Amino acid sequence: MSVDKSASGTVYERFQGNTEFQELRRRFRRFAFPMTAAFLSWYLLYVVMSGWARGFMGTEVVGSINVALVFGLLQFVSTFVIAWLYARHADRKLDPVAAKLRTAIEADDSGAPETAEEAR
Amino acid sequence: MSNETLSIILFLGFVAATLAITVWASRNTKDATDFYAGGRSFSGVQNGLAIGGDYMSAASFLGIAGLIALYGYDGFLYSIGFLVAWLVALLLVAELLRNSGRFTMADVLAFRMSPRPVRTAAGVSTIVVSIFYLLAQMVGAGALVALLFGFTSEFAKGATIALVGVLMIVYVVFGGMKGTTWVQIVKAVLLMTGAVLVAVLVMGEFGFNLSSLLKDAADQSGKGDAFLEPGLRYGTEEQGLEGKLDLISLGLALVLGTAGLPHILIRFYTVPTSRDARKSVLWGIGIIGGFYLISLVLGFGAAALVGSKEIAKENPAGNTAAPMLAEKIGDIVFGDAGGTILLAVIAAVAFATILAVVAGLTLASSSSFAHDLYAHVIRKGKATERDEVRVARISAFVIGAVAIVLGIYAQRLNVAFLVALAFAMAASGNLPAILYSLFWKRFNTTGAVAAIYGGLGSAIFFVTFSPVVSGSDKALFTDVDFAWFPLSNPGIISIPIGFLCGWLGAMLSKERNAEKYAEIEVRSLTGAGAESATHH
Repeated sequence: MSVDKSASGTVYERFQGNTEFQELRRRFRRFAFPMTAAFLSWYLLYVVMSGWARGFMGTEVVGSINVALVFGLLQFVSTFVIAWLYARHADRKLDPVAAKLRTAIEADDSGAPETAEEAR
Repeated sequence: MSNETLSIILFLGFVAATLAITVWASRNTKDATDFYAGGRSFSGVQNGLAIGGDYMSAASFLGIAGLIALYGYDGFLYSIGFLVAWLVALLLVAELLRNSGRFTMADVLAFRMSPRPVRTAAGVSTIVVSIFYLLAQMVGAGALVALLFGFTSEFAKGATIALVGVLMIVYVVFGGMKGTTWVQIVKAVLLMTGAVLVAVLVMGEFGFNLSSLLKDAADQSGKGDAFLEPGLRYGTEEQGLEGKLDLISLGLALVLGTAGLPHILIRFYTVPTSRDARKSVLWGIGIIGGFYLISLVLGFGAAALVGSKEIAKENPAGNTAAPMLAEKIGDIVFGDAGGTILLAVIAAVAFATILAVVAGLTLASSSSFAHDLYAHVIRKGKATERDEVRVARISAFVIGAVAIVLGIYAQRLNVAFLVALAFAMAASGNLPAILYSLFWKRFNTTGAVAAIYGGLGSAIFFVTFSPVVSGSDKALFTDVDFAWFPLSNPGIISIPIGFLCGWLGAMLSKERNAEKYAEIEVRSLTGAGAESATHH
């Protein structure tokens, strides 16, 4: 792990500047932030259309199944799919890096108090 | 045997089983981590079930099926916000909270900030949100006994509220998080089993053809195609623009509130690692999503087989739709005895549902009182773990007693709005404080305190002057009128206010702590220094 032990600051400050941690943070935020914006917009679109586009929502697709029901069911589908995508992303891209960093930090930090809560 | 007798026997069976669990849990609850977080030893699947058990209140079970049975599509619309909300918890909160906190929501907020003001604010918010939610559930229990067993006297309702209250106190005081979690797991399994059974029978009746179920429901409702479209309950055309804005406001509160509800947040501490927290939310999403899909069948099934008018005659809010459907479908498929049994099962499940939710709420508020207000504010961090747990037990007892008294007093009042209000308060006060703490370097004590009090306060302020508190025949106080705020849900105004207060407070204060931000950022993402499971 490429952490400069002579650098000033706490173990956490040193690791915060570490390139591997920066990469972990980037991977997490690049997935979580745009995805949150996307599913919130998708949900709000659904709510807004339920209020203002009732003619369209009432259009029948198959038998008594209309656009409103399909749109609602798609909210379920998108929720399940996003949850699955995130789990896969976290498994593959986040967990291995996080585990490696955690081991390094705990080795580095062995002299320091175990948790901030106790230190306070 | 009548369905009431059978239902009481089944319910007593549930009570006996959960009390046995509580006895076991109390023997295995030795320290603060056991009491607050169940020793952090639950698996992802177990906690996922418990999340379902904690989250799916009687309002979800009876309320959503009832809304669909009476107003059709709008009930379904309501349930979607409750589900999508879990993505906020999954992507932004659950794992990071698990890695950086210990027992309460305030742990994460106090991490970087001056602990006393922040813990005071977070403790107050936790207790207010939980008690409002709790009160709605307690009053719901009183109403339920009247609906299911025909006990309409004030005494019977009061006695039911007291019984529910006493049981929840016992679960929490003796069982702590371990007992409460197992009660929620058992309830989730029972609720899913009962709901799936009824839904499969209903679908079978319609040849597993959703379209023909919907067609019958629309015909029976007397409202035709409009029954399958949005607009009969929320934002009706007569209510005009205000009604539609109210729909948006409710939608925002539901989708952003979940990840700020204290009784939900503390569930993430019960697992050994952040990966398990993720896994438990994934399971929770599966269970909750599956349950709302089943509710769709139950609601439309009740409209089609029982009829909206019949249901409205029994209970104007539609809360009896699911039990009435259970009886009807049992009659159709298995004959009279089948109807009696199925009704009894669903009625007992409904009570189990209430118990699991109220126990979770009591635990969240008493944990926060003991850990945040008592140990860190009053005793300034000098309380021993033993003291803390003792105070948590005493406060569970006191909060339970207060909830019983308020519940009995409020049973004639219309307090159903308290659930939506709790979501709005959580979204306006808690969520901004949590998100800024986890992701914004510049955030500080003033910002956290401003976000919580600003968001919580504005939600309460706008609701006080809304039509749900006064000035309408469905209001809390029907004989006065001081309403000037047009919407019944404050979310659309109070959520932006909460985020704005947090931002403004942080910008106005000079306090910065780059060192602590580095610690929470690194720890929340890597899990370094996170507390692990305890073994006895």
